[in-house]
Amino acid sequence: MSWGINLILILIATGAVAWGFRYAGQQLTSNKPLYRDMSFAVAFGYVFGVVICVGAILYYFQPIDKKGVQAAGVVFFRWAVHGFTGFAIAAYLFRLFGRSVGTTVTRKLFRSMPLTAAFGVLVIIIYAVVSIFAGSIAPYGQEEVLAGSNIVPGGNPLMGGDPEFPLGTDQIGRDIFSRLIFGAQNTVGIAFATTCLAFFVGGSLGFLASIVGGWLDQLLSRAVDVLMAIPALIFALLLMTIASVWSNQLGIDRTIFMILIIAMIDSTRVYRLSRAVGQNIVVMDYIEAAKLRGEGMAYLIFKEILPNAMAPLLAEFGLRFCFVFLTIASLSFLGVGIQPPLADWGTMVKDLSQFINFAAFAPNVATAPLLAAGAIALLTVAVNFVVDWMLHKSSGLKE
Amino acid sequence: MVIFAAVNALPGDFAQAILGQGATQEAVTQIRADLGLDQNYFSRYLGWLGNVLTGDLGISFAQMNFATGMGGDQVSLVGVAEQIEPRFRATMFLAGVTALIAVPISIILGVLAALYRNSLFDRVVNITTLSSISSPEFFLAYILILLLAVLNPIFPSLSNVYEGMALGEKLNRTMLPALTLTLVVTAHMMRMTRAAIINLLASPYIEMARLKGISPVRVILRHALPNALAPIINVIALNLAYLITGVVVVEVVFVYPGIGQLFVDSVKIRDIPVVQACCLIFAAAYILLNLMADILSILSNPRLRHPK
Repeated sequence: MSWGINLILILIATGAVAWGFRYAGQQLTSNKPLYRDMSFAVAFGYVFGVVICVGAILYYFQPIDKKGVQAAGVVFFRWAVHGFTGFAIAAYLFRLFGRSVGTTVTRKLFRSMPLTAAFGVLVIIIYAVVSIFAGSIAPYGQEEVLAGSNIVPGGNPLMGGDPEFPLGTDQIGRDIFSRLIFGAQNTVGIAFATTCLAFFVGGSLGFLASIVGGWLDQLLSRAVDVLMAIPALIFALLLMTIASVWSNQLGIDRTIFMILIIAMIDSTRVYRLSRAVGQNIVVMDYIEAAKLRGEGMAYLIFKEILPNAMAPLLAEFGLRFCFVFLTIASLSFLGVGIQPPLADWGTMVKDLSQFINFAAFAPNVATAPLLAAGAIALLTVAVNFVVDWMLHKSSGLKE
Repeated sequence: MVIFAAVNALPGDFAQAILGQGATQEAVTQIRADLGLDQNYFSRYLGWLGNVLTGDLGISFAQMNFATGMGGDQVSLVGVAEQIEPRFRATMFLAGVTALIAVPISIILGVLAALYRNSLFDRVVNITTLSSISSPEFFLAYILILLLAVLNPIFPSLSNVYEGMALGEKLNRTMLPALTLTLVVTAHMMRMTRAAIINLLASPYIEMARLKGISPVRVILRHALPNALAPIINVIALNLAYLITGVVVVEVVFVYPGIGQLFVDSVKIRDIPVVQACCLIFAAAYILLNLMADILSILSNPRLRHPK
């Protein structure tokens, strides 16, 4: 419990310093409003932030021992810091680039963009490029079994690595770097297709229900209520159980069933939103006018309602994509999602997860499962940042 | 309740799964007859519903002894209810520990973020929670294992809890999964608290309180928080429902003997009674907590409590 006592001591010392800091500020600046009205909590916050920063810098420059637990911690901390600053600098440069290049519209867009959103856009572009050109980027095929298995990442022959496989190979000798790249194609591609399908089904049904109303609306809404009563992941697992039997009998790939199942589950959420948005639009005069002109149902949905409902639906698309992506990754992680030999990040995490126990002795080895999981996390965080920014912009919130 | 129908309309041939590829047609029909799988869905559904209402969840297929006597040996069988019960208690324990950690943290963070909104603190908390909510659970779980179990051995990375363990030991082992779940649910609750309080700050009575010269902390705690309670309680209940149902992945990562683990295992071997029972429990917990959220938000709002 010594670290607990240390923590308490540090907190008490911080509090004392904070009090002194505020007092000194008051004396030195002859009671400027900033210091006069500063509550103790704010002063504590400032000092605590400084303490954390100083601690982090000291930890970062701590010398690394040859072996041992402490050293591995420092190594991981340095990697995290490098990754964080690297992405921050890349996002900053990207935003600078966007501000000076392109049409007036995109320049204006980039000028109002916070750094987090720039980071999100950058990451999404990188993922899109990687997943589209996966075949030509990856050095090896995704199912190709190569010479050596269990090659350590890092490419250092002394540590058991191999310069030809910069991220090492897995248990049966497949190149992890290539599988990561193909994983982008498979996982992201399937998630994208699923989300599009869910939006097509949920969106058109939702708009249809809001236009027609009456018994159709009642029927669809109650059906959606029933489907939404069961938590999404549980329901998906349940249906995948059935689908696995059917896919054996019918000879259809299980992945197709998974796309259909997740699209169905997620289309209920899309339905709710598009029905709510649609009902606000249907009462407008221009819909009345279009109805009186004798336009068909398809025209009403796609030409009149859809353009007016675009903003909330786009934001929902981003969020939905995240959920679908996470659901697919979780299903694969549990072993019922995308099936091997297709490379997929969820399955990779599961397969490589044992390596994490070697982290204390060889930090390189433990990166393999974290890279795949980190790839998933990076994309969802990026999409969330962009959606957050879009919502903030469209709601016009200044607070 | 229409949900039962949705849960129950399960085809899925356990008989073929257990006998494998080389099964003869006679053996398959024999096992099907034993398990009552040859009856049509409708009668099976009615029978199951009747049993559930009397508290009998059936017998796990996997527990039946198919090699000798085709399930005739009823004495050694373990019912689904007995199989689920300890696991259900374990999951509730995990959810309880998580709720005890997550709810105070998220409300305090939310209030602080609303108090110092748009400051550096607010932004840091926002970005951190947004990242933690949008990463997959197993990523957070492995990061926590890496930090707290492998690099700094504070907690064990496998939480094999069993009945009759001392409470301290049990807590120690449950800590990592609970922390993972905390990270997952805190973000939502904290953002909701912050948004609800900030929404209220524009109302006239807050202006009035401020003009009276009350300190910002007191304004928020006494005047804003009680009125923001309804949405906060709602989101807490939703997240508790998530805790009970969304534990599947976390339980698998930490090999925690909860109901989620049982569910995944049963899904893999197509043990339909167990899958059904688990689904039923999950759905029931989900619906109950949602119902509770509605009731609590009515209770917390005097205007709804005394309708004119």
